[in-house]
Amino acid sequence: MKELRLMKGNEAFAEAAIRAGADGYFGYPITPQSEVMEYLMAEKPEDRTGMVVLQAESEVAAINMVYGGAACGKRVLTSSSSPGISLKQEGISYIAGAELPCVILNVVRGGPGLGTIQPSQSDYFQATKGGGHGDYKLIVLAPSSVQEMADFAGLGFDLAFKYRNPVMILSDGAIGQMMEKVMLDEQRPRLTEEEIVKNTPWATTGKTKDRERNIVTSLDLDSAKQELHNHALQAKYREIEKNETRYEAIQCEDAEYLIVAYGTSARISQKAVDILRAKGIKAGLLRLITLFPFPTEVISKLADQVKGILTVEMSAGQMIEDVKLSVGCRVKVEHFGRMGGIIPSPAEVVDAMHNKIIGG
Amino acid sequence: MTEEIIIAGFGGQGVLSMGKILAYSGVMENKEVSWMPSYGPEMRGGTANVIVIISDERISSPIVSVYDTAIILNQQSLDKFEKAVKPGGLLIYDPNGITRHPERRDINIYTIEAADEASRLGLSKVFNMVVLGGFLKLKPIVQPEYIHKGLEKSLPKRHHSLIPENEKAIEKGKEIIKAIHLLN
Repeated sequence: MKELRLMKGNEAFAEAAIRAGADGYFGYPITPQSEVMEYLMAEKPEDRTGMVVLQAESEVAAINMVYGGAACGKRVLTSSSSPGISLKQEGISYIAGAELPCVILNVVRGGPGLGTIQPSQSDYFQATKGGGHGDYKLIVLAPSSVQEMADFAGLGFDLAFKYRNPVMILSDGAIGQMMEKVMLDEQRPRLTEEEIVKNTPWATTGKTKDRERNIVTSLDLDSAKQELHNHALQAKYREIEKNETRYEAIQCEDAEYLIVAYGTSARISQKAVDILRAKGIKAGLLRLITLFPFPTEVISKLADQVKGILTVEMSAGQMIEDVKLSVGCRVKVEHFGRMGGIIPSPAEVVDAMHNKIIGG
Repeated sequence: MTEEIIIAGFGGQGVLSMGKILAYSGVMENKEVSWMPSYGPEMRGGTANVIVIISDERISSPIVSVYDTAIILNQQSLDKFEKAVKPGGLLIYDPNGITRHPERRDINIYTIEAADEASRLGLSKVFNMVVLGGFLKLKPIVQPEYIHKGLEKSLPKRHHSLIPENEKAIEKGKEIIKAIHLLN
């Protein structure tokens, strides 16, 4: 049954993961995402659906448990925050190389290093450009509300299995910690062993007489074969770009000035757009939902329409590079952001639009 | 209607739970709500605050820097947030422990002696509900029946026996809130 609750983003994600029919969660605590595992432990999903929840001995162990679970065709996930996600990068690269589906939540905090426990968006490069080694891509979803924290758990699994690719949900401390209304989906049943064998014929479910054994690996010492594998991965990423680009265009139809933002910054920017509109300035917001695939086409189109673009990120300016690649040199693109765990106010965004774009 | 509220005080005064009960009551009345806490190191032994927004429309930013209402429970928070009340807005504070009182003249200011009242009633645990009652007297943005439902939803079942006490505290708050400075 669908259910309306008031929940923190972290809790909504955890509850939605249970309802999405997840088989296992493996994690290690770190602020500001510890409520994910706390909620799962308190909720005892083993009694509800049989889902396993395990606190691993480290982030490295947790991501390798995900690797193992995913190799068996199970719906498995992990979550952490920036320093912990850095620790998981080796495993993430292996999972991408072995083409396994899984969901990884990053509730981003300020860095580098241990940084701060406050919200930030400074892991954009890590999430979208690699993070681990090798030519690979994660599908990266950026929730900007508690509702999306819940929705993207299920969507994440669907995309991960559709493309046999790890999905990262790139959230931040503000979305993780705040409470909003959330409509939770009905419980999806966990797949049975028979269904797993049928749906994921590549998984290591135990060899039967009528087929070759399945091998899950990211290793191929034959360079010619490895290059073919690389080509296949790239073809898959192009397919994902073609099919899965998601964004929300808010008041963009007649916009003369555009803000591009995602996550918490998009929420703040939406208020900034309201303030600008009240002053008679035709501002619009393009809120990115997928960061890979990046909504290049729509930004390119809007570049022909607007007089300037402001990107708002809680970082030194990372996403702006992809916006600039989409725009070329057709219009001015400037960055505004705060760092170190500070969240900009809507008024600061309005000022930046005036100083850097409209008047600049 | 959109009401942007900051509630601020010491950790342990029930700042976050007051905000949660208000937000859940809003949900019960089918309004849009957001509850954005400070969760940083300042919470640990220091001040705690939460931004609660209740609206009839989709809430854009859950984080704002100026507020329609500030509910203030200690000196540090008063120093920090007095200037963040919108002109014409509302400031409610408990004078207990306050040495520098608010000075603005372009906002409405009320005091609520909730700490004293709660200890007189022997209900120091529902101190925050006395404060909430005072606020609701001035701005009845959620109806009492939904506050009741909000309490039911926010409190774990084992504490439901305490709901009448909480409601009594809310009523008390409505009685004892006092105007200090009013705009015409």
